[in-house]
Amino acid sequence: MNAFSQSLQRIGAIVFKELRQLTRDRPTFGMIVMVPLIQLLLFGFAINTNVRDLPVGVVDLSHTQTARALISDLAATQVVSFTETYQTPRQAEDAIRRGHVHAVLIIPEDIGQRLQDQRPIAQWLIDGSDTMVSNALLALQQMPFASGFEAQPIARKNTFEIALFFNPERRSAINIVPGLVAIVLTMTMVMFTSAALVRERERGNLELLITTPVRSSEIMIGKIVPYIFVGLIQVSIILGLGHVIFDVPINGRLDQLVLGVFAFISASLTLGLLVSTIAKTQLQAMQLTVFLLIPSILLSGFMFPYEGMPEAAQWIAEALPATHFIRMVRAIVLRGATLEDLQPDLWWLIGFTILGVIAAASRFKKRLD
Amino acid sequence: MTDPLLDKGQDGAQDWAIETIGMTRSFGDFVAVDKLDLRIPHKTIYGFLGPNGCGKSTSMRLITGLLTPSAGRVRVLGMDIPEQAELLRRRLGYMTQKFSLYDDLTVQENLRFMAQIYNLESRSVKQLIDSQLSRYQLNERKTRLAGALSGGQRQRLALAAATLHQPELLILDEPTSAVDPENRRDFWEKLFDLCDGGTTILVSTHYMDEAERCHGLAIMEGGVKRADGSPAQLMRELGAKVVEIDGENLRLLKQQLGELPEVVSTAQQGTHLRVLITEAINDPENWLRTFHPALVANRQIHSVRPSLEDVFVHCTGSNAIGQGARQ
Repeated sequence: MNAFSQSLQRIGAIVFKELRQLTRDRPTFGMIVMVPLIQLLLFGFAINTNVRDLPVGVVDLSHTQTARALISDLAATQVVSFTETYQTPRQAEDAIRRGHVHAVLIIPEDIGQRLQDQRPIAQWLIDGSDTMVSNALLALQQMPFASGFEAQPIARKNTFEIALFFNPERRSAINIVPGLVAIVLTMTMVMFTSAALVRERERGNLELLITTPVRSSEIMIGKIVPYIFVGLIQVSIILGLGHVIFDVPINGRLDQLVLGVFAFISASLTLGLLVSTIAKTQLQAMQLTVFLLIPSILLSGFMFPYEGMPEAAQWIAEALPATHFIRMVRAIVLRGATLEDLQPDLWWLIGFTILGVIAAASRFKKRLD
Repeated sequence: MTDPLLDKGQDGAQDWAIETIGMTRSFGDFVAVDKLDLRIPHKTIYGFLGPNGCGKSTSMRLITGLLTPSAGRVRVLGMDIPEQAELLRRRLGYMTQKFSLYDDLTVQENLRFMAQIYNLESRSVKQLIDSQLSRYQLNERKTRLAGALSGGQRQRLALAAATLHQPELLILDEPTSAVDPENRRDFWEKLFDLCDGGTTILVSTHYMDEAERCHGLAIMEGGVKRADGSPAQLMRELGAKVVEIDGENLRLLKQQLGELPEVVSTAQQGTHLRVLITEAINDPENWLRTFHPALVANRQIHSVRPSLEDVFVHCTGSNAIGQGARQ
């Protein structure tokens, strides 16, 4: 046998050994199939820059036939969907700040006169923090409109006046930076806690620990607490640098922000604990973390507007803590909302944490069987 | 040496440190520990001797409450296990087979951590740690990371940590498998010190010399107890006679002797062959010379005292006859 064929034989030995090991490592083998499958579905669903059916509200001060015609014309574009009605512009602004709707159409009393004068006939109040959402609404600005009484559509520069709130310059950093808090925390918090517990098991520390008087809930809490501080440091870095470098405003109250972040960190750490009760090795913990991270980036509203996603993707998104936190952190940081405005998301995170800790502690028995 | 196992007798009223009745544990179809009966007296060193996978570690985990028995009863220090396992924890020291303290903490930090886990009085902890450090010769290395210690030092650290809270019962799972012979001897000295101080010690091993040091011993194989008793008693009641045969061509002789039904086992030891012959033969040398003269012509035959290894060989593997020596 010459040197070349000897070399081939050795390479062949390694190749077959590698394949054999691969088929025996079930989780990794599963990843080979699941990763392309899930990525394809996620990206296919989530990457949808054609925003449709944005929930918007309306304040109709004119109560005229023309106003109703305008509303139905707008609904026919399928860009927006009128879900709320408010009595006053003040109520409308409040709803935007709370995040109930992305925009509100204000129809003035003198809509008929404006139509005649070829002036803009109504005003959009738009939450500008998500540029993809505001762009979709801005595209409506020159929508042709006729009340039906004119012989032909009137040439008009703009059909609507537009007030862009919170991000008048339409800079995407404004929206990305607070959202990044959620992504970074998801990545690090889940990975740190899951790896920390799995590491103890892998190294054999846990076998000793469980023969001592320490309780499993005590191990869990002791493992979580240090990372809460790690998370708070990371949030300070992201928002601090975002403020200095990218001029991202912090409009909300700091105490509200810290409380919201605290709720999300707890939920993420709980998720990490759950991962650690499933993963057997640090590598598996890492793989599972990535598995959670990808939908958190794609479906949470961080990259693509939540409203643009099909219902199935929205259901998945609702199950992820990151989705709830992105809503909260954008509301607090950009729109100056308070936790009171964000109760559903806050309660969801708290509930997730409590149930998660119970589930993790019961899965983590102080036994080996 | 007095024999605690015999001294205490077998009266039912005896209070045992560890008592198991029919302790069984199976994983799926595999029975790791099969109807194990144990009675281990207080303040003795009791050994589990057996090959890897014989159920030593599983038995220890059942006794500490880390595993739930599939059947049978386990009582440790008067407590029902696993029901009262949490109560046992404070009175139990456990040393795992693999070093399970933190590699990235120093010797001192590891001990302090364990002291806090056991809620030891913080005023006396410093003193306690200092005395453990000097007792286990770790004083000069107290600021070293545990991961940077040698095998023997690590073992001493693990023992120092396991005995920090002065447990009544110490369970050591193959504590010396990664330790050189000299450190092993030191380690056993420490165990005898602890035993003199009143600690009951349960230790597993696959070294004969270590097993011989135990007060009591259970020889295990395939999850079953093949024999138990004190080492002296086990050797006395071997149920076979041992001879050593010299000469050339020992490999061939071993093969030929192995075919005889009266020969229990043969093993070459340097220049001689160690042969276990069933008890039924009264005088093995005479028997060999009379019935198999061709095999032992020009060879010297000595009758020798049985060793623990002979006991082990006799009651495990294909030689396991019924339930072993003691029954």
